[in-house]
Amino acid sequence: MDQSYNSQSKGLPSLEPPLRVAITGGTAGLGLALVREFRRRGAEVAFVARDRERLQRVARELPGTHAIVGDLARKEDIYPIALQVTGSLGGVDVLVNNASSLGPVPLALLADTECEQLELALATNLVGPFRLSRALLGALSASARQGRGAVILNIISDAATNPYPQWGAYGASKAALLHLSRIWDTELAREGVRVLALDPGDMDTELHAIALPDAAPASLRRPESAARELADAIAAALPNGELCGVPPGSDRGSVQ
Amino acid sequence: MIPARRAIQRSPEARLLAVDTAGQINQILRADFVTLLRSGDLVIANDAATLPASLRGSHVATGGAIEVRLAGWPSATFDDPRCFDAIVFGAGDYRQRTEDRPSPPVLQPGDRLALGPLSARIEALLGHPRFVTLSFDGTPDAIWADLASHGKPIQYAHVPVPLKLWDVWTPIAGAPVAFEPPSAGFALDWRSLALMRARGIRFATLTHAAGISSTGDPELDNLLPLDEPFSIPAMTAAAINAARAHRGRVIAIGTTVVRALEAAGAHGGKVRCGNGVATGRIGAGTKLRIVDAILTGTHEPGTSHHALLRAFLDETRLSRIDAELAANHTRVRRFPAH
Repeated sequence: MDQSYNSQSKGLPSLEPPLRVAITGGTAGLGLALVREFRRRGAEVAFVARDRERLQRVARELPGTHAIVGDLARKEDIYPIALQVTGSLGGVDVLVNNASSLGPVPLALLADTECEQLELALATNLVGPFRLSRALLGALSASARQGRGAVILNIISDAATNPYPQWGAYGASKAALLHLSRIWDTELAREGVRVLALDPGDMDTELHAIALPDAAPASLRRPESAARELADAIAAALPNGELCGVPPGSDRGSVQ
Repeated sequence: MIPARRAIQRSPEARLLAVDTAGQINQILRADFVTLLRSGDLVIANDAATLPASLRGSHVATGGAIEVRLAGWPSATFDDPRCFDAIVFGAGDYRQRTEDRPSPPVLQPGDRLALGPLSARIEALLGHPRFVTLSFDGTPDAIWADLASHGKPIQYAHVPVPLKLWDVWTPIAGAPVAFEPPSAGFALDWRSLALMRARGIRFATLTHAAGISSTGDPELDNLLPLDEPFSIPAMTAAAINAARAHRGRVIAIGTTVVRALEAAGAHGGKVRCGNGVATGRIGAGTKLRIVDAILTGTHEPGTSHHALLRAFLDETRLSRIDAELAANHTRVRRFPAH
């Protein structure tokens, strides 16, 4: 993943109101690290997760953040989430689609994967991010038109490109998310909205422990380190104060 | 997975009557409206998303069933969900015409309302027994969550299927500040924005808190449109003033855009960026200072929206359009057309 990142740590653009960021799957692992990282950098942050108690715990830890209960895999939850994001932040500049489903747990060969397990992985990892991005596209494009910039970051995995046995449901859904991101980035360039798809690498998270219980945590990356790089990549995709007058797309980096 | 059903408000068969300054009327597909525009034109749309403004519950003191419809923002800003102006209806639901709904219990300042998970207090009566300012208990985040879970978009007796939030957000919907959809925005899609750009037509947005369009009560309807706060981004104001300086036409997508721009340009004909409040009605006697043309839904004669069109057309031409719409059965009553 690292080759597509700007390795220099960047501040966030100086904006009034401050950068407004929405993060799904924000109570654990990489999502929680991203909530903390953007909050540390002065952004207004709304974060989404299914578990109300965990949400409240994080909200207490990080005053000023906005906790939203919702399940990205449920169509009926998407617009209520979008309403709360745009209502609590007054709009949105950055959306991070981070919530993920592994598919069958323990991981299973594709031939042993139930259709419903594949559907759940697609609903969480592909259709949910598509729906939420689309519901928030009006707000994101409004930010872009105002010169604030707008970024959708879809969290993918090397399983999107490598055919790892037993990672079929997850890998296929992330491959689709990667390709959706590439196409959407091309289509939305003229609206000034960037769509990034980035792989944070293997991290010491709950999700990883569920997938590979025998992996040694010491061999894995800290989610805080990945969150810093992802926040840098988002900052690099946003126009800063000096770049406000530059036409959208002129400072485009590569999308992995 | 649940298959998506076609959105009823974005029918590809929707048609448009194009009326030029000479009064010539042509009928085209709504999707082709970009063909009416020319290089140098500036199209302005309202990017407000629509609140789930209909809340069912009860009047605590009497236990009487009520429906509260949030109708307006009491102040010039629209970022605090703790306080709204609202119309209160009695028992029943949207399947009855609002005209036929029973009255709610007698309302007094200080009365408590239980609206699902939301708890509200009536702060004031606004010159009518059913028109109130109310405040919600709780933090803004908790109120947003409860509005999201309990609120429904305002429904219409003539729309058979209950409207969900995704039915009432236009493709460009951003901040949730409107009480009914700025429905002319349903004519836009991302393809039409790309077509505009390719033809040298500029596009910009403002945010206008479209208020409730009708109440079923003639006395209350006389108060409409309510004062509506709006916000005009700096880049939008600059684009409008540049277009006007270069004799480009300013084309409003919907009546709310006309209200906002004419309010913002009322002094000196230049549009200032920032927040404002649109007050009063636009009609036959109004001299338009900013807007040259409008794309709008159809409006019932007698409504404030229909009256606004008189600022663009004289009575004879407007009557001819009404007759043409009636003859072609093209009056669509799916949404209140802002």
